[in-house]
Amino acid sequence: MSTQSPSKVDLAKVGEIINTYGAKKSNLIAILQKVQEEFRYLPEEVMIYIGTKIEGLSPATVYGVATFYAQFSLEPKGKYEIKVCDGTACHVRGSMPVLNAIKAKLNIKDGQLTTDDGLFSLETVSCLGACGLAPVVVINEKVYPQMTSDAMKIVLDTIFQEEA
Amino acid sequence: MTKNINIDINVEQEKAKQHIVEQGLRVLVCAGTGCVANGSLKVIEKFKELGAEVSTLTDYDKMTIVPTGCHGFCEQGVLVIIPEKDITYVKVKEADVEEIFESHIKNNVPVERLLYTDPHTNQHVHKNEDINFYAKQTRTALANCGHIDAESLEEAISVRGYEALAKALEANDPDAVIKEIEESGLRGRGGGGFPTGRKWRFTAMNKGGKSYVVCNGDEGDPGAFMDRSVMEGDPHKLLEGMAISAFAIRADEGYIYVRAEYPLAIKRLRKAIDDAEKAGYLGKNILGTDFNFELHIKEGAGAFVCGEETALIASIEGERGMPRAKPPFPANKGLFGRPTLINNVETLANVPTILLNGAGWFSSFGTETSKGTKTFALTGEVNNTGLIEVPMGTTLRKIVFDIGGGIRGGKKFKAVQIGGPSGGCLTEEHLDLPMDYDNLIKAGAMVGSGGLVVLNEDTCIVEIARFFMNFTQNESCGKCVPCREGTKQMLKILEKIVAGKGEMEDLDVLEELAIAVKDGSLCGLGKTAPNPVLSTLKYFRDEYISHIKDKKCPAGVCTAMKTIVIKEDLCKGCTKCARICPVSAISGTVKNVHVIDQEKCIKCEACVSACPFKAIVKE
Repeated sequence: MSTQSPSKVDLAKVGEIINTYGAKKSNLIAILQKVQEEFRYLPEEVMIYIGTKIEGLSPATVYGVATFYAQFSLEPKGKYEIKVCDGTACHVRGSMPVLNAIKAKLNIKDGQLTTDDGLFSLETVSCLGACGLAPVVVINEKVYPQMTSDAMKIVLDTIFQEEA
Repeated sequence: MTKNINIDINVEQEKAKQHIVEQGLRVLVCAGTGCVANGSLKVIEKFKELGAEVSTLTDYDKMTIVPTGCHGFCEQGVLVIIPEKDITYVKVKEADVEEIFESHIKNNVPVERLLYTDPHTNQHVHKNEDINFYAKQTRTALANCGHIDAESLEEAISVRGYEALAKALEANDPDAVIKEIEESGLRGRGGGGFPTGRKWRFTAMNKGGKSYVVCNGDEGDPGAFMDRSVMEGDPHKLLEGMAISAFAIRADEGYIYVRAEYPLAIKRLRKAIDDAEKAGYLGKNILGTDFNFELHIKEGAGAFVCGEETALIASIEGERGMPRAKPPFPANKGLFGRPTLINNVETLANVPTILLNGAGWFSSFGTETSKGTKTFALTGEVNNTGLIEVPMGTTLRKIVFDIGGGIRGGKKFKAVQIGGPSGGCLTEEHLDLPMDYDNLIKAGAMVGSGGLVVLNEDTCIVEIARFFMNFTQNESCGKCVPCREGTKQMLKILEKIVAGKGEMEDLDVLEELAIAVKDGSLCGLGKTAPNPVLSTLKYFRDEYISHIKDKKCPAGVCTAMKTIVIKEDLCKGCTKCARICPVSAISGTVKNVHVIDQEKCIKCEACVSACPFKAIVKE
């Protein structure tokens, strides 16, 4: 777990989110998406809260939905969310060497999501639909086209400098 | 019994066209996901900046910069089209804008260096329609993508947007609409290939009560992005197609389910729905009639299986996206237990044009059993990657070698992987096969959503089979055992083979499991998951055998079977490799031969491409 994780979660904020979308079962995914945008992950107490607040749901159902979809994370993501596209087109054009370069640069081990300092999280996604620019890496909202291991290092160095 | 509508669409069209004339010189800049990544927003800003002074500096009174949706020619982005000058510029950067303005807009001299260069003739190509990539296409669903401002309702109307809906509402005969779609021969473009008209008919048979229409925009097949392009580039066409389908089956509410990985598509669809509601083309009392159609957007959350219609319905309802057994089909019992019509984005985008031009026009394209045009996402090791739309029945040769411009870097064509994780491989022997639903099934592949990944001699077929199995294994929802456990076992075997530990019996087990998973799975994901394995085993069995018997990867891809070595006689001791190695596996001092620590080496080949003396090779 990252040291960045908030010790206390603002449940009032979650209540607001529920009210914006409407306390209906069919809005659960949208609510969880907004919660994750807010907290960078889905804290356990939030899932329990939602599960008891909305009729027809239980904490277990919320947990079931949260673990079903790849977008949701039960541990905090980094300030910089790195997504390496490993769709077919990117895979064929060398997304794996790019991924390995990032892992090496950030010292991320297999199975690890977020760096110890909470700055970066790294995951692969199946297709971002930008296949003409393969291989593609997305950091937060920004798309980096036609990446190579070298270009990736430059991108990360720039972020390091900004953060220093 | 015709009905009066309160908007004269022809008048609206004329007004919209007039507004476009008033824009003066139109400069179309692609603002699709790909071009934005390549910096198109800066290009747009720069053009706007210069445009402010166009009347003092040039002969034009006015210049309008139009941010368009995706052209599909992403690799050449940023694309800039100036229709009045009959020119297309490619790979435009912010720094090039001033030159285009100075030279072409002011002095009418095209900027040659920014023109597309034909890979075969090495000639510069001026016009969009002369670029081979576009010249050999027939665009229906994608007709407007890249040619209109995707965020403007008016521009959509200028190219006959909502005309088909207006006509259908005026004629007030839902059955005639269904008949037209049936006669057109349109089949589902999402992969299933089920006749669209028949699906509409079935859903319309439920008389009375609430029903829904749902658009499946959960384009999950890795390597396919046609639906993204339609949603980003011509969102009103999709909305119109949905409104027409709702009118035909008498539904008053609809959902567009879009994958969360497509933020730009979601943004543009939201705006399009807002604009269309305000103008009376969606919402309550559409065009002044008693037809209501309320449309919502639901964002997916990253689950491939949600492309399956019953899983998609579960996901809209806020549940885990797990498929259920059919029947009952969604046509009878779908969203919230009500009759539901589910169509894919591309299918719906074809609907307005079919109503405008007639079923006969649509069915004049294509083959006996597969009518119309189909979009394909052409990617991988081909010169022109991008989105194309061609008549059904077009050969693979035409797509890869004419439109695609052949294999990159003069390499050899090996195969095409079509239909994503549910599809299969097509090889040299299929190059002249007319591609339609039925021919592809016969060849052991499928159209699927239309992802076409070109593989060259450097691609390892076994690794590709492992890649797809890994994908489907990850995405298996876990509901039924054959899919959940079968794909896991198949993946284990494939991993064993690419790791150089395979045995010949593994191939028999792999085939046996493949058949069990195909026969025993509940939904399309499991039923098709073994396809990539079966088709590669059929056409490239010898590659599996070399991995197993000779412990060799013929394409030199599988890391377990390769070592990276530095040739002593060629190494000059420049230290470049040691500096570039991400894991510090290379040691050596200046002007002395370097060595790779095989224990540390992750075989990323960064050193291979970095070495100026070609001294580092993979063995």
